[in-house]
Amino acid sequence: MQIDLKTISIEPKRKAFDHLVRRFGDKAASRYQEGSYDIQATENLHYRPTWAPGQELYDPTLSRIVMEDWHAFKDPRQFYYSSYVLARARQQEAAEGAFALVESRGLHHTIDAALAQKVLDLLMPLRHAAWGGNQNNVLIAGYGFGTPFTQPCLYHGMDNLAVAQYLSRLGLLLGGTDALVAGKQAWTDGQGWQPLRRLVEDTLVIRDPFELFVAQNVVIDGLLYPAVFDAVVDGRFAMEGAAPVSMLTQFITDWSAESRKWIDSVIKIAAGESAANAAIIAEWFAGWSARAMSALLPPVEQAIGSEADALLGEVLSELKARLAKAAVAT
Amino acid sequence: MSNVFIAFQANEETRPIVEAILADNPAAQVEDHPAMVKIAAPNSLTINRATVEDLIGRNFDLQELHINLITLSGHVDEDDDTLTLSWNS
Repeated sequence: MQIDLKTISIEPKRKAFDHLVRRFGDKAASRYQEGSYDIQATENLHYRPTWAPGQELYDPTLSRIVMEDWHAFKDPRQFYYSSYVLARARQQEAAEGAFALVESRGLHHTIDAALAQKVLDLLMPLRHAAWGGNQNNVLIAGYGFGTPFTQPCLYHGMDNLAVAQYLSRLGLLLGGTDALVAGKQAWTDGQGWQPLRRLVEDTLVIRDPFELFVAQNVVIDGLLYPAVFDAVVDGRFAMEGAAPVSMLTQFITDWSAESRKWIDSVIKIAAGESAANAAIIAEWFAGWSARAMSALLPPVEQAIGSEADALLGEVLSELKARLAKAAVAT
Repeated sequence: MSNVFIAFQANEETRPIVEAILADNPAAQVEDHPAMVKIAAPNSLTINRATVEDLIGRNFDLQELHINLITLSGHVDEDDDTLTLSWNS
């Protein structure tokens, strides 16, 4: 007797959820799409929030930005819970490796004491700026509309906490708990830090989620991270002999470069929606970038002296180039 | 003219690779089998790292596709950016 083995291919009746088929066509959907699109609660919201009876619980009109469809956004990194956690876990492992290497070889002792102090003076107060970034992104996630817009903001908020924590560990390694105390002291009382602290605290009370996105993620992060971490820490300080610090801030530089792709895509999609949106974003950018430039000058000046002005000018023109690519005239 | 082909396990990881191949190789034909997807193209077929990266939104190492690779036919020409199968080299 002979037995023939045959395979039968069974076409699935549905390749994806109906709402995804309507949006992306009749094909299998990715986990990112399933975990992001059309999840936002849009109707039958029942009660208005008691603290703000003028608005709905989830209300797109909280922002001056008008989108026909708030699900038009797309995170190019395609982060949903699982892909986000896996990506960050990998980076966390790499960062732990860098900390372990620096600690076990005592590389931080190779940094000259005066330079180490300069590193601490610049980086320790920024823990508090990162905490502001955390608060702001969580607020966007809470009050923004549409999961593809708000979901990455929640992740970005968590990442800001990670930045603050890595800075704390760097401070503990280089200067013990005293370094953290001194950093907080500088943040609350140091003359040079007050404009930045004022800026961060002013962003904490912005209630338009998209304006907050522009102020925090585009402007403050877009100027602070390239200037402080890419140019000063990885450039100037590393050349002067503080290269081990670059190993300890590696997550921060990698994360900031990676998140720029997402931030640019959000701006590009919102500005591409209408000329009115592009004009509003440009107006917010002009206002906040002028303040951020003057707020960042004293800390950067304290670190690298008179070249700070030129450096910040360069960083600003790079940021403007990013916005120009996203079709926002600056 | 003879076909080259490549076959992958059909799963979440290979879907963007298959999409990238179909986008970059207009002549490619896809055949769905149970748990396997086979793509055939006349003469040559190219997988571009950049196209896959656009679809998955992260850096991609072409070597990663070997995890889900079932079989292929054709001469392989591989570098960091592309993997090409062809009969002409």
